[in-house]
Parts: sequence; C-alpha cells; structure tokens
Amino acid sequence: MSALATPAAGTHRPTRTSRPSLARLTAVELRKATDTRAGFWLLAVIALVALGMVLIQMFTGDAADRTFSDFLVGAQLPVGLLLPVVGILAVTGEWSQRTTLSTFALEPRRERVVAAKLSAAVLMAVGVVVASLAWAALANVVAPLVTDADGSWSFGAEDFGRVVLFQVIGMLVGSAFGLALLSTPLAIVLYFVLPTAWTILGTTISALETPAEWLNYQATTMPLIDDGGLSGTEWGQLGTSLALWLLLPLAFGLWRVLRSEIK
Amino acid sequence: MITVEHLTKRYGAFTAVDDVSFTCVPGTVTGFLGPNGAGKSTTMRMISGLTPPTSGSTTVNGVAFRDLPNPGRHIGVLLDASAQHSGRTGREILSLSAQLLGVGRKRVDAMLELVGLAGAPEKRRVGNYSLGMRQRLGLAHALLGDPSVLMLDEPANGLDPEGIFWMRGVLRDFADRGGTVMLSSHLLREVEAVADHLVVIGNGKIVADGAKTELLHAGGLYVRGLDAALLEKALTEAGLSVQPTRDGGFSVAADAESIGRAALAAGVVLLELRPADSGGLEEMFLRLTSHPDAQKDAA
Repeated sequence: MSALATPAAGTHRPTRTSRPSLARLTAVELRKATDTRAGFWLLAVIALVALGMVLIQMFTGDAADRTFSDFLVGAQLPVGLLLPVVGILAVTGEWSQRTTLSTFALEPRRERVVAAKLSAAVLMAVGVVVASLAWAALANVVAPLVTDADGSWSFGAEDFGRVVLFQVIGMLVGSAFGLALLSTPLAIVLYFVLPTAWTILGTTISALETPAEWLNYQATTMPLIDDGGLSGTEWGQLGTSLALWLLLPLAFGLWRVLRSEIK
Repeated sequence: MITVEHLTKRYGAFTAVDDVSFTCVPGTVTGFLGPNGAGKSTTMRMISGLTPPTSGSTTVNGVAFRDLPNPGRHIGVLLDASAQHSGRTGREILSLSAQLLGVGRKRVDAMLELVGLAGAPEKRRVGNYSLGMRQRLGLAHALLGDPSVLMLDEPANGLDPEGIFWMRGVLRDFADRGGTVMLSSHLLREVEAVADHLVVIGNGKIVADGAKTELLHAGGLYVRGLDAALLEKALTEAGLSVQPTRDGGFSVAADAESIGRAALAAGVVLLELRPADSGGLEEMFLRLTSHPDAQKDAA
C-alpha cells in the first residue's frame, strides 16, 4: 500500500509543452531499431558479414585487388543485401508488435514519425558504411603483413559518397516497401522477389530489354559500387528506376500510414 | 478535460459509434460503460487521434488531439496493455517514451516504483509479463508525461483483486488532485466503485450519461411479492414500467405509493418495497444496453 502514498502525478498545472523536435524523434527511432534482440543482432550480423567479406578478399583473388578501395567496395554487396531488411523491420515491427498505438498517440502527426524513421534509416546506413570503412582499413594494414597485397590507400571522397549513396538507397527502398505493405513477411519477400522477377522478365522478353535497363533498380545501383563513377545515362537510369522502386512505394506507404486506422 | 461532440464512425453500412457526445470534467472519474462491441474502444481511439471519425469532433483540454504539442504531456492514454514490443524490458519501454516526452530518468524510476514494477520486474522482457503486469506498465506509461488527463481502456483487465483495489486508489487520487480520468469497462461493478460520473454506451449510442448517484436512483424502486406473477400483472395493469430482476422481484420506475396501491388492489402480499440498491444500476445497465443477443443472455 506504500504505492498509494506516492503521488501519481504532479500538480496538473497547465503545462506549456513544445513538439518533440525531429532530431529527438530520430534519436528515439534509432534506439528502437537497436534495443530489441532482432534489431541488435541483425545489425551485428551485418557488421560481421562485412568483416567476413574483407577476410575472404584477403586470402583469395589477386594481390593487386587487395587495396583499401577493393576491401571497402567488396564488403558493400552482402551488406547491401541485408541492410534493407533493417529498414523494413524498423517500419513493419511497429505494426506487427502493435506499438503504433503508443507511437502515434505520443506523436499524432504521423508524417513526422515517418520522417524520423527515414532519417534514422539513413543514419544507420551511413553508420554501417563507416563501420565497413574501419574493417577495410584494418584489412589494408594487416594484409601486406600476412600475404601479398597491393596495399594502396587511394580512395576519393567521391568514391565514399557513392558507396554511402548505394547503402542509403537500399535502406530507403526497404523502408518504403515496409511503409507500403506494413507487414514484415510480405515486405521482405516482395523486396527480394519483385526486383529478381523484373530482372528475369527483362532478360527473357526482348521487348522489355530497354525498359529494364532504366527500371531495374538492382542493375542501376550497381555502377555506384563499381570503379570509375557513373555516366550521365547511368545517373538517368538510376533516377528513373528509383522513381519506380523508391518514390512510388514511399508515396503509397505515406498515404496509407497517414489515413489508416491504428488498431 | 475531454469533450466529445456528435462523434460518429461508420464502417460501410455498420455504424460503430453513432452521434456520441459527452464530457469528462477535471476532478472526476468518468466510467465509460458498455458491453463488448458497443463502441467504447472506437470512441477512445478517435479521441486519441488513431481512428479518423466519419463526423463529429473531440478535444482534450480544449484542443484537438492532433494539435496538442507533445500530447503525452497532456493526456496519458492506455488503449491496449498488450500492444508493446515483447522483446523490450519494462524499463526500456518507459525510457523510450520518456526520451520522446522529454521527461527524465527520475520520472521513469518514480513510475516504476508507483506501479510496483521497480527492481527485478523492470528488467524482464514484456513478453514474459503477466497481463496484470502489463496493465501496471501501461498505467506507468500513461502517467509518465505527468498529464492532466488519463484515458484508460479496460485497465482492470487481468489485475487481481488487490491490483484492482490499488488501481482504484491511484485513479481516485489522480482525480482528487484535479485530474480528469476516463476509464472504460464492460463490468459495471468495477467502475461503480471508483467513478463519479457514468456514460453508458450501447450499440454505438449513448444510452445514459449522468452522475453515478443520479443514475443509481434512476433504477427506481425494488419490489418483491409472495406471488411474482400476480404482482407483475397488477403492476403492469396499473400502467407502471416493470422490469423483472433475477431474484424474482421487480424494479419499477414509480413511487412507492403507486406500487403499494397496485399491490393492494390485486391483494398481493409484499415482502420488500425499497429503493433499488446498486443492483439497480446493473439492471439499468443490462436494460439500456440490451439488444436481441444480450436479452437472450440475460434471460
């Protein structure tokens, strides 16, 4: 009964409150993405996969390919495969665990919650690239000591920018799929199946070959992690494919989240 | 302060909430009563901005929910205690919301202490909590932002008798300090013990709205005779509104004299004639909310 003596609440003076800033909402979303076992281990596995790829490169392939840039870029493909799942879960987890009830009761302007989720997704993508940067640097220091390696450190800010863009795009496409479908299994399956189906269609039906070049998001993002940058056409293809795979599900998902009933 | 004005929610041809209006004022506990599926949760979701109404409006402290800056600082909402991530600990759930609300760690400690989850329970994952513990956590979550209004949907679900007694104390205390409390239930007894004001909803419509004492008296008089059938006939013939109770008596919406005269005229021996007790509220609750199915259940 000691609980009864504890004040349940303060004085109920009308309080002047301000809306939580987008930065605060983003910090909360970042915490939500990492404070559950699923979220934590998914990120940990991604970091380990990046390390594994770097190790594989250290002991296979040509010595000339053992450079900082190659180590870094090599880690991006497997990371890029898993990272969108983090984006999907950050959104759909709220619906499957029904935490939307309290999330949207604490911030009824749902577009702000979505914006915070997307910002957190971008920050996590950048974080993962920075982590893989550390692995690549470590590998580039160790490789010449244990094996034949080129050991070159040449790597430009523009290359770094493209790698970050590659992961950020994947993360945002994942989040957009999550928003549009609001279901973890559906979003994960469609995220992996749809682009693959599209690739198969594009290669088997000759009439779809040219459209596929412009709309196959898996193919159009590849130049981002290749050497030598993107041509004007490739930027164009990247943009068009993102309109289909990123903007379309994002717009539909936002519309759905804003008008749906939260139960 | 919660104000609901002409609130309506339709799902296709089905009207879940039908032109509902009521007010919950500071300093009182309002019991929002109704059988399952009467529209209680839908109404509460509309008040907290989670369900868009078909028409009508709601405000909290005079402001539409969506326009409240940091709503958790004004109204604590508990709609479903089980709607929490099962993988987070009790403390983590409160800490996340505390970060969003801008209240400190001390407030989290105090709320865990208040609901009796401090210590070992706060470190357990909510997936391992009993429903009663989830309700306690839910109440701590609702109180976290030190709001002036509390809105709780079936908060006593899963609580043991001691827990229900404890929760009544917390809610009473909150209202006595000038707070506004709205809590829903489908169990009359549960609400009767703590509420000052009752709003009864049935089939989406408000069927009673008033002070608890007022509604208790609306139960009229209770009368029981030696021959129940004869008594009912006599009362009905006298043009009185008669409602049989389960113990063979009747609750009658009339004054004692009319009932006495009707019984005298029919020569029925009366065993009891008194104001309906709190059971009258139960009769009222069943009567007001009855629909074909409920009547079958009650029969």
